Amino acid sequence: MVAFLFLPAFVFSQDYGDAFIEASIADARTLVPILASDSASSSVTGLIFNGLVKYDKDINLVGDLAESWEIEEEGLVIVFHLRKNVLWQDGHRFSAEDVEFTYRKLIDPNVRTPYSGDFERVKSLEILDDFTVKVTYKEPFSPGLSSWGMPIIPKHIFKNEDLNKTQYARKPVGTGPYKFKVWKTQEKIELESYRDYFEKRPYIDRVVYRVIPDEATIFLELQTQGIDSSGLSPLQFSRQTETPFFKQYYRKFRLPGFNYTYMGYNLGNPKFRDKRVRQALNYAVDKDEIIKMVLLGYGQTATGSYVPQSWAFNQQVKPVAFDKEKAKSLLAEAGWVDTDNDGWLDKDGMLFEFTLLTNQGNEERAKVSQIIQRRLKEIGIRVKIKIVEWSVFLTEFIDKRNFEAILLGWSVPREPDNFDIWHSSKTKEGEFNFIGYKNEEVDRLLIEARRSFDQDFRKTCYQRIHQILYDEQPYMFLFVSESLSALHNRFRGIKPAAIGIGYNFIEWWVPKQEQKYRIAK
Amino acid sequence: MVSYIFRRLLGIIPLLLGITIISFAIIHLAPGKPTAVEQTMNPRVSPEVRLRLEKLYGLDKPLPAQYMNWLARLVKFDFGRSFTDDRLVLQKISERIPLTLTINILSLIFIFLIGIPLGVKSAIKQGSLFDNITTVFVFLLFAAPTFWLALLFMQLFCIRLGWLPISGITSLDYEYFSWWQKIPDLARHLFLPVLVSSIGGLAGISRYMRSSMLEALHQPYIYTARAKGLPEASVIYKHGLRNAILPIVTIVGLSIPGLLGGSVIFESIFALPGIGRLFFEAVMSRDYPLIMAEIVLGGVLTMIGNLVADIAYAYVDPRIKYKSS
Repeated sequence: MVAFLFLPAFVFSQDYGDAFIEASIADARTLVPILASDSASSSVTGLIFNGLVKYDKDINLVGDLAESWEIEEEGLVIVFHLRKNVLWQDGHRFSAEDVEFTYRKLIDPNVRTPYSGDFERVKSLEILDDFTVKVTYKEPFSPGLSSWGMPIIPKHIFKNEDLNKTQYARKPVGTGPYKFKVWKTQEKIELESYRDYFEKRPYIDRVVYRVIPDEATIFLELQTQGIDSSGLSPLQFSRQTETPFFKQYYRKFRLPGFNYTYMGYNLGNPKFRDKRVRQALNYAVDKDEIIKMVLLGYGQTATGSYVPQSWAFNQQVKPVAFDKEKAKSLLAEAGWVDTDNDGWLDKDGMLFEFTLLTNQGNEERAKVSQIIQRRLKEIGIRVKIKIVEWSVFLTEFIDKRNFEAILLGWSVPREPDNFDIWHSSKTKEGEFNFIGYKNEEVDRLLIEARRSFDQDFRKTCYQRIHQILYDEQPYMFLFVSESLSALHNRFRGIKPAAIGIGYNFIEWWVPKQEQKYRIAK
Repeated sequence: MVSYIFRRLLGIIPLLLGITIISFAIIHLAPGKPTAVEQTMNPRVSPEVRLRLEKLYGLDKPLPAQYMNWLARLVKFDFGRSFTDDRLVLQKISERIPLTLTINILSLIFIFLIGIPLGVKSAIKQGSLFDNITTVFVFLLFAAPTFWLALLFMQLFCIRLGWLPISGITSLDYEYFSWWQKIPDLARHLFLPVLVSSIGGLAGISRYMRSSMLEALHQPYIYTARAKGLPEASVIYKHGLRNAILPIVTIVGLSIPGLLGGSVIFESIFALPGIGRLFFEAVMSRDYPLIMAEIVLGGVLTMIGNLVADIAYAYVDPRIKYKSS
């Protein structure tokens, strides 16, 4: 009876306390967010800092440190109205000065930031008053708005510091929901909740990132509840976690991923110059088979450079069905037939063979390349597979265009502008259109889309690009893999959405009686 | 003796110079760039930015100039700053040393405590059932991959039995513990790493000890000792063992550079922040200052280890004298 009376209280009030323990494969490098380019650093700074804007659960840009903004002078000017109630974690008031300071550091040639590109398009940044900032661009640049998701760093802390060498890289002060507590190199980074966070005090008191470099160990740690959350491989998701233990203690999540894997052709290579050849290869490789064998079904066929949950994705583009005959006839049209009956296609005395290059340390890609190799063999194309260490892969093969075909993946940013990957001006050494793609309509659409802030207009541009790319097949788009994870089931308040589950972390909570880590002084 | 040591120490300098020139050349000529690792495949990072980063790292200068710069700083014991996080290289290395040293010393002690008696016993009872079983057993352990053994032990001790923690060196709330809670906590975390890292070495030492003991036991002076009626224990331990232990002393000396070495696989599995992982990650991210510092460290320790082995040799074996001619 007593228990019954207390029950509603447990159900409807959200308790503070407990800790969230997460495993990280690598240690963070720096907690100065504008210098951090590795995912470990970014996920820690993501809880400590805020940008002016952020993406909400439906992948729309909303205000973060900025309350609102206006686009003026036909997209040349963005005026940000900042929140007035924000305090840095050391008690200092956040103001427009901090935004200006962050911008100055981003474009300072002596600061080792990899992110200066987007900010070099800014002509000027003026402080209109303490909480209003006017950003003027050299020309209208709509992806610029999302670039203000860049974390804002405190001027009063950094003004006399050399950002490259600052001690605050290891004890940051931000505006975010969590503040820095301890960093033990290669062991753990611990954060504690910032009670005066401008949105609200987070329910979970502590967040700990434990560095565990080995994936097998991470999985064993899950089995002893040593960590609360971890990504899972398809095999772990489908079989190894189908145990009574996991069902009792963990919830599993399947979420759409922001990535795609592709086979890219060097379009300077005569074999791949003919669009029919690339289309034929697309018919000859069974994507469903790859998804079934390599991802155990946790993925879907990619049809372009955008992921299905993005507004830029074109639903009209349907993946072609696996069809060997169609592939053969397209190849024959392009002049590739087996004239000497040796089982391999040839044209003008040249055998159809190429080397498929991919990077070491990615089991998934090694398997995919083997499946492609076998499928192409069936239509008479000989594929050699070459696997190279990452840094060498980039500097010796990608940057120098020294490849025939590559198997790689892109992670897809929330902002759909992919000018750098598809525009024909981006083919110099070190740039990202390394396959040498050139299409005048795509070039034009990419420029028009980035000059407009009208989302409907941009949508038509990107959807058209999506369609052209699938037709022209500069990449063989393979698959979008799902992000699979397990989370300890004592956490409540999780609401999976298009963007993932972490977006409402400050709303997560654990009922008092289930809290596991209690001492936090 | 003193002047001998002094000459040997002087000899280290040109040797070290040679080592650094060769390794500097190799790591810089090897394909891949420090700026290519995390950042290149990010379309938000433009190639101009990468060139600028290379300039900030001083990688745009010719190689000999880079080497001379590095050497000039080395003379002042300045190893520079790491490319990956801009911390002092010396600081990055020194914070890894206590853990690596602890594990390596503990496992070295463990190896010698078990390996030497095992080897001696096998030699005395050569061809016996005990000898055969230990032979098979230590070779099995030697052949088993460390990572596999580690995972098996974790499965048994940590998951099935729940006695030990899986990874890390301390519990999450270690900072709030009092010292009597800290010591058992550390011991529980270090038990498996020390065990696993000793297993490979055990085979080596017990085999060395066995063959060296066998050799000693077949020397004429052993027959003499037996012939003059000494008790068997005295024959074996006083005359046999003392001579047989000499090669082991060399091994101890040669283990010195290993004390600050570590294994990537094993440190990764137990999530230990040791030297091995530091070096591995430095190589993977082409963190030149850190790689060079570790090479210098390894080089110096190896040479000191050799020197110590030679000196210890002279000390335990009165027949060996180093003349300072």
